[in-house]
Amino acid sequence: MQKKAINEARRVLTICNACRYCEGFCAVFPAMELRRTFTDGDLKYLANLCHNCRDCYYACQYAPPHDFDLNFPKAMAELRLETYKEFAWPNFLSGLFRQNEFAVTLISILCLVVVAVLTFSLQGNEAVKGVYAGEKSFYNVIPYWAMVFPFVILASLAILSFWKSVSKFWQEINTKSRSLFGFGPNLNAVWDVLRLKYLDGGGHGCNFPDDRFSMMRRNLHHFVFYGVALCLASTTIAAIYDHVLHHAAPYPYLSWPVVIGTIGGIAILLGTAGLLVLKFQMDRIPTARQSFGMDVSFIVLLLLVNATGLLLLALRETSAMGTMLILHIGLVMALFITIPFGKFVHGVYRYIALVRNAQEHSEL
Amino acid sequence: MWPKITSQLDFTKKLMNRIKKNAATQVDLSQMFDVLVIGGGNAALCAAMTAREAGASVLLLEASPEEYRGGNSRHTRNLRYLHSEANAFLTGPYLEEEFFEDLMRVTEGETNEQLARFTIRESNNVGTWMQAHGGMFQPAMRGTLHLSRTNTFFLGGGKALMNSYYRTACKLGVSICYEADVQNLEITDGNFTEATVAMKGSTKQIRAKAVVIASGGFQANLNWLELEWGDVAKNFIVRGSPYDKGRMLRVLLDKGAKQIGDPRQCHAVAIDARAPKFDGGIVTRLDCVSFGIVVNKHGQRFYDEGEDFWPKRYAIWGRLVAMQPDQIGYSIIDAKSIDLFMPSVFPPIESDSLSELAAKLELNPVELQKTTTDFNQAIVAGSFDPAELDDCKTKGLIPPKSHWARPIDTPPYYGYPLRPGITFTYLGVAVNDKAQVVMEDDRLSTNIFAAGEIMSGNILGKGYMAGFGMTIGTVFGRTAGKEAAGYAKKSN
Repeated sequence: MQKKAINEARRVLTICNACRYCEGFCAVFPAMELRRTFTDGDLKYLANLCHNCRDCYYACQYAPPHDFDLNFPKAMAELRLETYKEFAWPNFLSGLFRQNEFAVTLISILCLVVVAVLTFSLQGNEAVKGVYAGEKSFYNVIPYWAMVFPFVILASLAILSFWKSVSKFWQEINTKSRSLFGFGPNLNAVWDVLRLKYLDGGGHGCNFPDDRFSMMRRNLHHFVFYGVALCLASTTIAAIYDHVLHHAAPYPYLSWPVVIGTIGGIAILLGTAGLLVLKFQMDRIPTARQSFGMDVSFIVLLLLVNATGLLLLALRETSAMGTMLILHIGLVMALFITIPFGKFVHGVYRYIALVRNAQEHSEL
Repeated sequence: MWPKITSQLDFTKKLMNRIKKNAATQVDLSQMFDVLVIGGGNAALCAAMTAREAGASVLLLEASPEEYRGGNSRHTRNLRYLHSEANAFLTGPYLEEEFFEDLMRVTEGETNEQLARFTIRESNNVGTWMQAHGGMFQPAMRGTLHLSRTNTFFLGGGKALMNSYYRTACKLGVSICYEADVQNLEITDGNFTEATVAMKGSTKQIRAKAVVIASGGFQANLNWLELEWGDVAKNFIVRGSPYDKGRMLRVLLDKGAKQIGDPRQCHAVAIDARAPKFDGGIVTRLDCVSFGIVVNKHGQRFYDEGEDFWPKRYAIWGRLVAMQPDQIGYSIIDAKSIDLFMPSVFPPIESDSLSELAAKLELNPVELQKTTTDFNQAIVAGSFDPAELDDCKTKGLIPPKSHWARPIDTPPYYGYPLRPGITFTYLGVAVNDKAQVVMEDDRLSTNIFAAGEIMSGNILGKGYMAGFGMTIGTVFGRTAGKEAAGYAKKSN
């Protein structure tokens, strides 16, 4: 399977490198032009540098039905998916990338069931159905240790998994064994990520839903990205309140964690909903067929986590709080478990590819 | 943002409907159109948009399916235009006298000065008009910096520009039919009345007050090429659209339009012989000729490979190969040169010995060896510089190699087979500066206008100038659109 994706990526890039009309769209083509031939590592790097903006597909005079059958974004997307499998750690779980939507759905249901069963059996029906107010009220339903320890462990595992994957990926795409931590390249890559530079397609956006240009996808992705950033900030502030200031949740509506978290949550909700609509509207020819389910399941999970989070906020002083908390915690757990084996990894590999890109251009 | 999303939803629905060939976008073809545009490339779209903006009802007939729309414009990537100062995409001014001198140099005077100057002047700041109609630009590409002052580059190339133009034309209300093959024009006394069009299995008569013909040259019509060139043409490769059959050109000439240009003249470059018969486009070009030797099927050299830089070399090698037996040539280089030119789409044929390479190329190994040895021995040592007309040349060799001559002695050796690849033909119909077709008796047609390749021979009678075909197409497309709409209005 991977061999096939590698061969197709190489065939496609060889045609592109003799044409080069698309070099104004993104980082992939200028990077391609630094090479005459492509090692497997080069191909995996370029596949992950591609943001699937599709501009090149509609601009291509060799796109199907032409004899050359050149579908650049699709070739890159298929190889990208193969790299996710190849570099997954622990690798016996790489099968989760096959029909990822089933894996994500199943894991989500399992998490919900486990959280619900444990809560009901350990805390009892009364505790879940109760109406609470004031500090530490969430802990009446799910105790402090149960909220902290599983997530610390899952987060650590996810970080370990990414570290292993990234090390292997970096080794393969960077033949001169430079450091991944060079200040300049990382600064450049961060700046590219923060602006989502390469969804701007040479200044006019992605092609959506057909050959016309639109900044829609880029803007919606910004909503999700910065929404997640705000939620992380909110959680961090809350953690400081709880562990340093000994002031436990829930916090008042006008407190920092709630205000920041709510804005972040709404941003994610809007962003994910928009991206979902886009996913179903957009032309599916210039992408990998297998990645559709993966993309959708991640977006849906993110959306549900936020929807339950916001509902929990709204209903925290009613008897529905316990149920909402179980739903929210269960889904957050599913998100943590699937993070190294789902769509989220695109951000990690793409960041590494952007570092590599900044690095090789600084060496010219 | 939500209204935006819902508008996207609506748009997509409409799009799906169009794909399903729903009746929503069907045009009433029995009506009398103000302006009929025949063709679907740059000139046709410029004409259609301009005529529509002038208030005319416009029908555009494109012979190709939607996926291949745009004629040869799909393969272009830049346009040359007059501008008095630098802008975001052009590095400096390009004024009329320099522009005209450049044109005189490439055409060696084979131009109609009045029309040439008209084209140049009318191209003034045309980039702004293009952007207003959806065109998007990028700075000059790597490897084409010598054009960065004079030519503006389309972001993503010509097909992307055509996509934008089609979108704009649709938005303006131009009716568009694909796979509409115009077969005949009713012309009496220089006056057009109706066109016979084959569409979706049936033949229709389409009436219009004025017609703009922007359907290109005849370079994809193999029978016609054979008529002009003989059997030689069988080995030509057509670099661009397979839909440029020249049918409208034939009809116009048969019905009394004044001919311009030599039917045997065409722009042909030496391209990779393994290219597809049609539509191989830019990727099949080979830039390796000047770094080695080129032999014919008998293993003999036939022209100075190091005569000049790319632009000139580019334009003459198609013809040179066309004049060789079986219309084939082989560029032979060695390991020293393999990385000096743009990567090729097809891999070079490679071998560690010249005789084995000859066998792989089906050349006589003894002949190739002899040619190479003679060449190697005639070289006068110099300092090699691919960026300059350097002093690496041969002495006493016929034909000589004047620059970049280095012995072919470092394995692996590489070979690329070469064939003539036709870009465009020069034959056309005469027009005036209102894009009106001139008839044989020098009278003007009342309502037939021509734009693009079908009339570019008036201005570019010979040679090649990067991005100038698009200039002629844009200027004459706009002129034809404006004049045709004006004529239709008057005749109301």
